Amino acid sequence: MRCGFWRNVPWSGVWHEDRGVKIRLTVNGEPREADVWAGESLLTTLRDTLELPGSKNACEQGECGSCSVLLDGALVCACLVLAAQADGHEVTTVEGLADREELHRVQRAFVEAGAVQCGFCTPGLVVATAALLEANPDPSDDEMREALSGNLCRCTGYAKIFDAVRLAARS
Amino acid sequence: MSTIPTRTPRRTPSRTPTRRLEPGRVGDPATRHDGVPKVTGEFAYSSDLHAAGMLWGKTVRSPHAHARVVEIDTSEARRLPGVHAVLTHEDVPGQKNYGLEFADQPVLASDRVRYFGEAVALVAAEEPEQARRAAAAVRVVYEPLEPVTEMERALEQEPLHPDRPTMSHGYRDDPRPNVVRTMVIRHGDPEAEGEVSVAGVYEIGIQDQAFLGPESGLAVPDGEGGVDVYVATQWLHVDRDQVAPCLGLPPEMVRIHLSGVGGAFGGREDLSMQIHGALLALRTGRPVKIVYNRQESFVGHIHRHPARIWCEHRATRAGKLVNVRIRILLDGGAYASSSTAVTSNAASFALGPYAVENALIESTCVYTNNPPCGAMRGFGAVQTCFAGEAQLDKLATKLGIDPVELRLLNALAPGDRLPTGQQIEGSLPVAEVIRCAAALPLPQAESLPREAIRLPGGAGNTTRGEGVQRGIGFAVGFKNICYSEGFDDSTAARVILRADGSAEINCAAAEVGQGVSDVILQVARTELGTDDVVLAPPETASVASAGSASASRMTWMAAGAVQLACRAALEERKRAGGDEVDVERIYRHARTTPLDPETGQITGDRAHVAFAVAAMRVVVEVDVELGLTRVVWIGTAQDVGKAVNPLAVAGQIEGGTAQGLGLALMEEIQTRDGLITNASFTDYLIPTTLDMPPVESVLVEDPEPGAPYGAKGVGEPPTVVSTAAIVSALRDATGRELARVPVRPDDIVGL
Ligand code: FES
Ligand code: FES
Repeated sequence: MRCGFWRNVPWSGVWHEDRGVKIRLTVNGEPREADVWAGESLLTTLRDTLELPGSKNACEQGECGSCSVLLDGALVCACLVLAAQADGHEVTTVEGLADREELHRVQRAFVEAGAVQCGFCTPGLVVATAALLEANPDPSDDEMREALSGNLCRCTGYAKIFDAVRLAARS
Repeated sequence: MSTIPTRTPRRTPSRTPTRRLEPGRVGDPATRHDGVPKVTGEFAYSSDLHAAGMLWGKTVRSPHAHARVVEIDTSEARRLPGVHAVLTHEDVPGQKNYGLEFADQPVLASDRVRYFGEAVALVAAEEPEQARRAAAAVRVVYEPLEPVTEMERALEQEPLHPDRPTMSHGYRDDPRPNVVRTMVIRHGDPEAEGEVSVAGVYEIGIQDQAFLGPESGLAVPDGEGGVDVYVATQWLHVDRDQVAPCLGLPPEMVRIHLSGVGGAFGGREDLSMQIHGALLALRTGRPVKIVYNRQESFVGHIHRHPARIWCEHRATRAGKLVNVRIRILLDGGAYASSSTAVTSNAASFALGPYAVENALIESTCVYTNNPPCGAMRGFGAVQTCFAGEAQLDKLATKLGIDPVELRLLNALAPGDRLPTGQQIEGSLPVAEVIRCAAALPLPQAESLPREAIRLPGGAGNTTRGEGVQRGIGFAVGFKNICYSEGFDDSTAARVILRADGSAEINCAAAEVGQGVSDVILQVARTELGTDDVVLAPPETASVASAGSASASRMTWMAAGAVQLACRAALEERKRAGGDEVDVERIYRHARTTPLDPETGQITGDRAHVAFAVAAMRVVVEVDVELGLTRVVWIGTAQDVGKAVNPLAVAGQIEGGTAQGLGLALMEEIQTRDGLITNASFTDYLIPTTLDMPPVESVLVEDPEPGAPYGAKGVGEPPTVVSTAAIVSALRDATGRELARVPVRPDDIVGL
């Protein structure tokens, strides 16, 4: 009997022989190109081809938010967006939030509030929080909880993440 | 020469944010030294590593929980494009089995698989997709065998490990098949009668660590027969000591380096890809990266032991405990991992932090074909705390005594004896912790109607609140700090102190997110009186073992070692006339000895080093008609000895509480005939922002005399107590017994 069970596992990897699609997109303000496989996720392209591993892969099923990026300013799970769909669009990843010398206010707030432990959820949460504050500069606690409910964190219990959102909103 | 794996810099140095955050000393609420790289995305986790010429490894795993392996045919897989190696058990050059404490697990299965997802073969290929296709093309012929899945029946079924690998290690000899360990503690007169008694049977489902960063790592051959493994782990040196014999290499030819760890919680104590990656790298002569996906991660590590616990608490009418009788059965799954220690911990803390004159505690762990279980935050004490605290609530109700008063009446104090005969020598402010938690003011009850997000069921809009009942619960958790029962535990630290006063610290303590690297830096800054201190990347070659980042021991042990080494370095530099010195010191805590295998009594002064206690008060709302729950508020007080970094301690309490909430309400690995049926975040739920209430925490500082700065570990007590406290509140709201976690909506409605 073959290991049929494991064959159904989704895998972010690509097979270079299949890379027939050329995409052009703007990532963190810079024009970039990549040859991708038709079924490749934006997350894989960012991490493995464009060398931007800041966005994390913790589930590849849209459940954890570790891969959160902005696509034309809208918050998306990069694991659920095909790389080909990003062709001609603008992507902002966690690597693109900080200005030259200065951390983004959300990034600084996460450090100062103690909202980072292992940090694996952090890139996604930082991007999601930046998107939240862009849309709603002064969220209530309930709005905050709802807006970040797609981002799992296993370490912090979220309390310090809420502190960081409040701190960032004030700064 | 080893190639250093690098990540292509994605930012020119001038663009790197340079804001300096305040370096802290011992006792300061310090921000993390790795905080900035973690928020910018620059921090390299094990899954982010990359080396030139790197291949991708993939593991072929068993789809059966129990089967004979008839044949493994790799010929088709070898022929596929991009494939460089396909390995089976025949390609393991050294020892064929490995294990954290007992080498009972095959590196690759040869004649039999004992759990769903057991590793059978390995492939390495140029591209991940090629590796995946090759793994699917490995033809394994299995002859399915009847799986042993019921822990009580396992004691009568055909042995899964006929060679009994855990027997004759000084444990009680138990002739029944499939016993991993049996342990009995007899204390006082185990037949003593009370005026009243309460009994109950409790069950705990399988919980998963569900750390966010799946298992991953990179193995790089050094060109001289040795290998460097960059991996997310909890104990570098014990990895090396398991990997090297299986490769047939001396330990110094295997170097383990810590790469970025995306959470651990016990789930990285056992090996995952270390031997597999090293085998592939040595065979192909190329660096090999292995990254598990979420589904593979759920079978790629051990879980928290599911348990069934029978309890009888006998007491006087006034509420004084007279005799506690507890039988614990734990399902260890297919391999031993750290089950023997979990068995003992479950028994040792089964009474909770209460003084009881008489007790009979029996704890047994069995082998089955269920998923292997081992270390997870709380380590045996979570399961018995859930049962024991439920019993105390039951007793309080029966006697009409306030549950907090009942606990205070029985509270353990320094000078008292544990059921193992050990006297509490250090700090243990049980009564104070209980009083602090009980004194936290409860939030006002909220009125109806209100926003759906503030109702049980949340934004799902399932209720308007008509059937909602409020409940208040209380529980106390108790656990040891550090390794125990004669384990010769130590942590090494090496300090290079330069003439200009700057210092470099080497310590192999694993930073898994808990903040031990900040503790190390805080201690070094404090002891050396300078902020000019850096921490070298942890690896096995530069310093001796730090022991494991587990058992709430790493802060204590690392602080002890760094303090010792810093003080020695200052002295030596003085002697050296101010020149650079390089000193290494090894720190040990007070020695422990094993428990007597027949009576469970201490054989020296102590079996455990120190203890910590946490008390928790919880408010819930339950829709008793729909079975929906909402945890409204959690207040907790915890005995921390001394908070080295109060900001990090609060983070540990909040995070640990969340994991206990998960076990109380939603987290369970589901199995059918030993097969895991919910290996994804879609089906295995962990708490989200919508599930977590505010957590108010009070740190009770009563310095531990034997510990550096008086600091106790803080990671486990919140997880031990919170499951029990939350279910206590659910019982108060529903009036139901709720003897099993996670509590399901059906249990609340009474279906
Ligand atoms: S990796 Fe995209 S949501 Fe989890
Ligand atoms: S900090 Fe570890 S998952 Fe959030």
